[in-house]
Amino acid sequence: MNTQASTIPGETAVPAKSNMQQRLPLLVLGIALLTVPLWLPLLGGYTDLASRVLIFALAAMGLNLLLGFTGGLSFGHAAYFGLGSYGTGLMLANYTHSTLLAIVVGTLIGGAAATLLGPIAVRRRGIYFSMITIAIGQMFYFIAVRWNSFTGGEDGLTGFSRQPIHFPGYTLELHSTQFYYLVLVCFGGGALLLWTILNSPLGHLFVAIRENQKRLTFLGIRVDVYIAISFAISGFIVALAGSLDALLDNFTSPDNLRYTLSGNLLIICVLGGMRNFWGPLIGAFIFVLVQDYISSITQNWMTVIGLIFVLSVIFFPLGVMGFFRKRSRT
Amino acid sequence: MPVVLIILFNAFNGLIQGAFYALMAVGLSLILGLNGVINFAHGGFMAMAAYFAYTLVPYVGFWGALIIAPILAGGVGYVVEQLIVRRLYLRDPLYSLLATFGLALIIQDLLRTIWGAQGVPLAIPDFLNQPLSQVYFFLTGYRLFVVALAIISTTGLFAILRFTRLGIRIRAGNSDLETIAAVGVNIYLLRSANFVLGIMFAGLAGILAAGQIGLTPTMGDQLIMPSFVAIVVGGVGSLLGSLVGGLIIGVASGVTAAVYPAATEVIIYVIMGIMLVARPRGLFGQEGLLE
Repeated sequence: MNTQASTIPGETAVPAKSNMQQRLPLLVLGIALLTVPLWLPLLGGYTDLASRVLIFALAAMGLNLLLGFTGGLSFGHAAYFGLGSYGTGLMLANYTHSTLLAIVVGTLIGGAAATLLGPIAVRRRGIYFSMITIAIGQMFYFIAVRWNSFTGGEDGLTGFSRQPIHFPGYTLELHSTQFYYLVLVCFGGGALLLWTILNSPLGHLFVAIRENQKRLTFLGIRVDVYIAISFAISGFIVALAGSLDALLDNFTSPDNLRYTLSGNLLIICVLGGMRNFWGPLIGAFIFVLVQDYISSITQNWMTVIGLIFVLSVIFFPLGVMGFFRKRSRT
Repeated sequence: MPVVLIILFNAFNGLIQGAFYALMAVGLSLILGLNGVINFAHGGFMAMAAYFAYTLVPYVGFWGALIIAPILAGGVGYVVEQLIVRRLYLRDPLYSLLATFGLALIIQDLLRTIWGAQGVPLAIPDFLNQPLSQVYFFLTGYRLFVVALAIISTTGLFAILRFTRLGIRIRAGNSDLETIAAVGVNIYLLRSANFVLGIMFAGLAGILAAGQIGLTPTMGDQLIMPSFVAIVVGGVGSLLGSLVGGLIIGVASGVTAAVYPAATEVIIYVIMGIMLVARPRGLFGQEGLLE
């Protein structure tokens, strides 16, 4: 972790951690995440739920690079999540027994799609950009639904399961607990990558694009190219999350490609605080737990989720992290 | 059946679909233009109006329902605009997008709770159901009626926008909201009226679609995405573009259904992709609008 100060005045890309006091929350978070399988069952939770929180947190953090730090409102990132998830599922179902290879391929497929489609979407800005990303995303949804023989159609893709990982002289069975640590490693890697990018000149450029595109254009910077780069990186991370999601349930369905999921990822960012690096983690924690709980107690869970959207947008636009930061400032 | 007839049959089916897309897209486009909101709940309002009509038909008949149900949906739209959408005008588009997205979930859930998840048919007058020709069996009165009503209502809308005070203000607001506020137009009232107008178009589309394909709480879902595409293809900011865009993608997916059924939906997005690469502002769009 570097201590280099952000060159952007006011809101910094990532608050540079400099002293012990600021690093403490991160340390606590790390220890809490590492010991999940020990304490979660005591609270009545189950390990897969923690894996799901981390998977959605990873996806939302990836999306947030584009949304919160570059200012690109994509409503179509479910496409890359779903592609990652189908890529991994199809690899395991048809071509390989290596879980790691399947993850890599899934991530590459989803990320490559984002890399190719980003440049089309960035031809437009603002609301228009959102509409195009939604529509592009829906295309993959219909492909998955219609290409029955390959994708399993509307019923989703089954017939694969996560396979033990073979190291030289050691075989790692991927039961819930081991899989949680695999997810945690991916989450940590993704977070570290994002952190590094946001503290690099490239990351500062992303934030500058969010703040003032015109000015950057005057300075001779090709804003389109950099938004597309942000789009692509976020696509890779979201695809990684998607591929882990397929492994979590040993199942994937067109719902993983649908715009509803894009909406969920966005509200996770907003709930937690999209100007904050760890915001999406908080958002995912709240959203996944509430969804899990609500859908077990009422049939009208859609209304509850819908109310979360509406109310948090109206009364809580800065999210949890934004709320606390604002309070600590005043 | 001769090949030409099959193609014609599917093209006509597509035209009907296109009429629904167009009515939806015109309403969405209105709201997008003046209110600056992508109304994700548009499909929900559409289904809501259809269910209102379903409930009203036994009391006021099809024709009465056709008029009253969109007005009722418009009323709900007004309340929603006052309570939720209005608070978000000055904020980043992200928030109105998420709010209307949440709203869409709530509406769909309420419709399911009240009327059930099972599909129900909407009774339409018998004389509209007869085929008009032996050879062109697909030309039922109802289908022609759908096309006719789509034409009449959009023409009516264009007339309102062209000639009435409200319409002129809406168009002026589209190009510069601050200026018309400065010359004394109540832009909050104007945007409410515009929102309601857009919802009423969704309602009309909903009732017409219900007569054709029946009612389900999720019926709006199938129409909202193509309507987005219609707007992108036609060009954001142009109502004519939304109308033409809707018809184009409707016919295109209808014809594709005859030739290569698996690509019925995907063709819509392919058209959009081609349009974005070849002419990013769409058929009738203005450069740089809403960006």
